[in-house]
Amino acid sequence: MQVEQMRLDGNAAGGMLGELFARDVTAALATCGGCGKVGPVGALLEYGHGMGVVLRCPSCDTVMVRLVHAPGWLRLDVSGTSVLAIPDAVSVS
Amino acid sequence: MTAAILGESNATRGIPEVSQPIAAPAAPRLEWRVATVIEVREETQRARTLVLDVPEWPGHHAGQHVDVRLVAEDGYQAQRSYSIGSAPEEKTIALTVERLEDGEVSPYLIDVLRPGDGLELRGPIGGYFVWDVAQRGPLLLVAGGSGIVPLMAMVRHHMLADDKTRARVPVRLLYSARRWDDVIYRDELARVAERPEVEVSFTLTRDAPSDWVGYRRRIDRAMIQDVSWPAAETPRAYVCGPTPLVESVATLLVEVGYDPMRVRTERFGPTGS
Repeated sequence: MQVEQMRLDGNAAGGMLGELFARDVTAALATCGGCGKVGPVGALLEYGHGMGVVLRCPSCDTVMVRLVHAPGWLRLDVSGTSVLAIPDAVSVS
Repeated sequence: MTAAILGESNATRGIPEVSQPIAAPAAPRLEWRVATVIEVREETQRARTLVLDVPEWPGHHAGQHVDVRLVAEDGYQAQRSYSIGSAPEEKTIALTVERLEDGEVSPYLIDVLRPGDGLELRGPIGGYFVWDVAQRGPLLLVAGGSGIVPLMAMVRHHMLADDKTRARVPVRLLYSARRWDDVIYRDELARVAERPEVEVSFTLTRDAPSDWVGYRRRIDRAMIQDVSWPAAETPRAYVCGPTPLVESVATLLVEVGYDPMRVRTERFGPTGS
């Protein structure tokens, strides 16, 4: 399978992120720690695998979010994200 | 690449304009619930619609999805995301699932589930790929294959709005499928297209009936220019389908002048099996 075909987007990670966050995070604006670009989490590129998801910056490919189910743990690595701005409600801007 | 274009615009804008949030349904933590299958509808040879009654469903926005979870007797779990195809105004929710031959989940949903059966799901999920008729302005929808499902929720939502609201939001839908028999919601789309404010175009990429007068190729720049709203009308666009189609269409739209912040995409992939 080609990598391109495996790529989804941050929308698809919404359920898993919902295990952690009380607010919907797919509409949140995330700032890439690599290049500084700002964009919705829903538009990040998702690379799913059996145990979790990786979300990459669509501009520079920096890994912004890693969310992994390990036995006994849900492990979140956001070292590639500098800011996450989360709206109060689902907004249709 | 779409991605680069998106990023560029975001950087120049910083934070996009914030409109008034629509009254969000009370958002309890995302919990797994057991829905009941009310009806199973055959859409195409490979696609079925499951109409579900979900206890304490909080309501959804057009474009959102749910996660579905299957648990085997030995505890093995498989989880997939499926877009909601029904309008927010409906009391039940409808998921349209396309059967992937080597899928773990879709064959079960299509071949095994019957009315009265339970199905574990959580949702609604997603606040990015959502649309509400109150947003106004021309709307462009581009679907590839089963990517029509969340866009159909938008079309149905539009159909249920009052005449005045609908008239302010003209809709154009471009739907790419391999062959005519693969087109999901075919009859309903034909009815929808009779409305003056809705235009529906199809392109068939593999086989077409001998009397076919629609497009017969992959979506390209000329087709986008034929079908889409002029960029000067500041349309909103929602594109959903397989990754290559979504990325190529989003890139074309930005090339013809669409505001990248108004082009929202959802990619379907094999993990949706």
